[in-house]
Amino acid sequence: MSDVLVRKGGLHTTVQDKGRDGYYSLGMPPSGAMDQYSYRVANMLVGNPDGAAALEATYVGPTLEFTDDRYVAVTGADAPVTINGEPVERWSTLRVRAGDVLEFAMLSAGARLYVAVSGGIGVEEYLGSRSTYTLTGLGGFQGRALKDDDRLPLDDDGATPPAVGSTLTEKLRPAFPHVATLRTMIGLCSYRVTKDSMREFSEVPWKVTKDADRIGYRLRGGRLRFVDRKPPHGAGSDPANVVDLGYPIGSIQVPGGDEPIVLLNDAVTAGGYATVGTVISVDRDTIAQTKSGDQVRFEPVDLDTALAARRDRRDRLERARASLRR
Amino acid sequence: MATTSVELPRARYDYGGDEFIFVELDEAMSLEANFKAMAITSALREENVDGVIDICPSNASYLIRIDPDRVNPAELVARLEGLERTVQPLAADKTLHTRLVDVPVLYNDPWTHETLMRFRDRHQDPEASDLEYAARINGFDTVPQVIDALSGAPFLVTMIGFVPGLPFCYQMVPKERQIEVPKYVRPRTDTPERAFGFGGAFAVVYPVRGAGGYQLFGLAPAPVFDLSQSLADFRESIVFPRPGDILRYRSIDQTEFDAVRAEVEKGTFRYRIREYEFSPAHFLADPDGVNNELLEVLYR
Repeated sequence: MSDVLVRKGGLHTTVQDKGRDGYYSLGMPPSGAMDQYSYRVANMLVGNPDGAAALEATYVGPTLEFTDDRYVAVTGADAPVTINGEPVERWSTLRVRAGDVLEFAMLSAGARLYVAVSGGIGVEEYLGSRSTYTLTGLGGFQGRALKDDDRLPLDDDGATPPAVGSTLTEKLRPAFPHVATLRTMIGLCSYRVTKDSMREFSEVPWKVTKDADRIGYRLRGGRLRFVDRKPPHGAGSDPANVVDLGYPIGSIQVPGGDEPIVLLNDAVTAGGYATVGTVISVDRDTIAQTKSGDQVRFEPVDLDTALAARRDRRDRLERARASLRR
Repeated sequence: MATTSVELPRARYDYGGDEFIFVELDEAMSLEANFKAMAITSALREENVDGVIDICPSNASYLIRIDPDRVNPAELVARLEGLERTVQPLAADKTLHTRLVDVPVLYNDPWTHETLMRFRDRHQDPEASDLEYAARINGFDTVPQVIDALSGAPFLVTMIGFVPGLPFCYQMVPKERQIEVPKYVRPRTDTPERAFGFGGAFAVVYPVRGAGGYQLFGLAPAPVFDLSQSLADFRESIVFPRPGDILRYRSIDQTEFDAVRAEVEKGTFRYRIREYEFSPAHFLADPDGVNNELLEVLYR
């Protein structure tokens, strides 16, 4: 066991893993790394088992000082990384010694950085996961984002990582296009919105507003109109009101018609505003790497496409793993 | 079997992306739809299907979270359609083992009043308080009358969700006596912890401070969520309410509110709870009679 000294916490850095499954019916979202692909590759690069806890940093990375010898890797958004002031490769297996300091410069593309350390972040599991859920202050490191001068525990390091300097080929890294495409299964309560509006929904680019965090992303850009109806008993009389129901992770609710909210890993699990569809699970990685001011577009797809996208991500992870063995 | 007042339409099955199945038993709320959601979801829980991660009964619908690498979504839908046909929640001998719980509420409290006044720009009626608005659109002459109606009859917990431990509750009175209000035009960004809210035909207690779209009617002195698990009622789980619980949101005054707060802070507070065998069919046949019995059992 050892610690990592958090010299600077960054803007919003939390401990995350695969997520906390099985408590949705209590109203507890899964949390977990928003960009699961980058998170999983980070663990591979340091030889951690799948599911080891890592750090997720939003917009501004942390400054970390190590207290023993470890392997470390940085994935996710594009941001220059240094160790003791010397530039180092991202998406690579790096070696650090006691006293070494890992630091980030401003990111140029993407939104979330992942830092995996061999052995994994050693916070206690809570309900089967080390993920942080800050809204209720549970899991992760004291249920909150890291602050300057925290001491973050690491687990014992029995890792057998790829050779130091192993790097993931560019082809297997996520791209950050100017307008991100979010493949979406239309449905749920989309019958509440007119056909023209649903067409507009998938045609216009939507801009990520400043209200975009692990709970959800509020978007602006189009204006959806609701179908007139007599409200069903129990819903409430506002046009966007439905009888409160469960919200899938990735689902898109449209309270006023002009501000779709895409629910993400720390989302509310239920509510009474109409939802019009769900971003497929793989493309939650994509929206996680968009930031305020970026644009997204919703592309309607069917279930088979969503399942094929899962297979494709699994293949890419296997290729990533295979490419690192050498 | 008792005659029921609501005939449910055929359920609507839809996918929430590749990881969720959404089943809407009715667009409208009714106890019949909720009893059916609870019955199907508990039957599914007993089947222990590999790849089913979460089973969430909701008000007039339910949501299943799956790992589609382990269970084929279309095959699971076929299985759920089978349950829709076979499950009989309103058989005369069908009972729910449930808890009756006394939940004190300070209606028209100063804290939620302060919050709601900050968000008048998102409200249907910026000139009125949420309670005044609710009284007016539901045909009550005064705010105390709407409070009496809310406090007078118990509520069934029809769904848990939004954030951990938030109970959605539907009042156990005939439809024509149900209070109904719209949700805020745009959700608030702030709600006090333990606020008693109302939206559509549902009452809630907000477990933690945060966003919210329900009208704000009061404040509960006792928590529904306790991460520290220091109160005895939270030893088994950080959340208190469960689907199928029957809660009575009893109107209290400031003195009792302060007394309950003091007990919560000392760690000695316990909810008044009575175990109860609840018969949905019996209730639908005689709601007022069963409600009187519920209150009698609770305060005996």
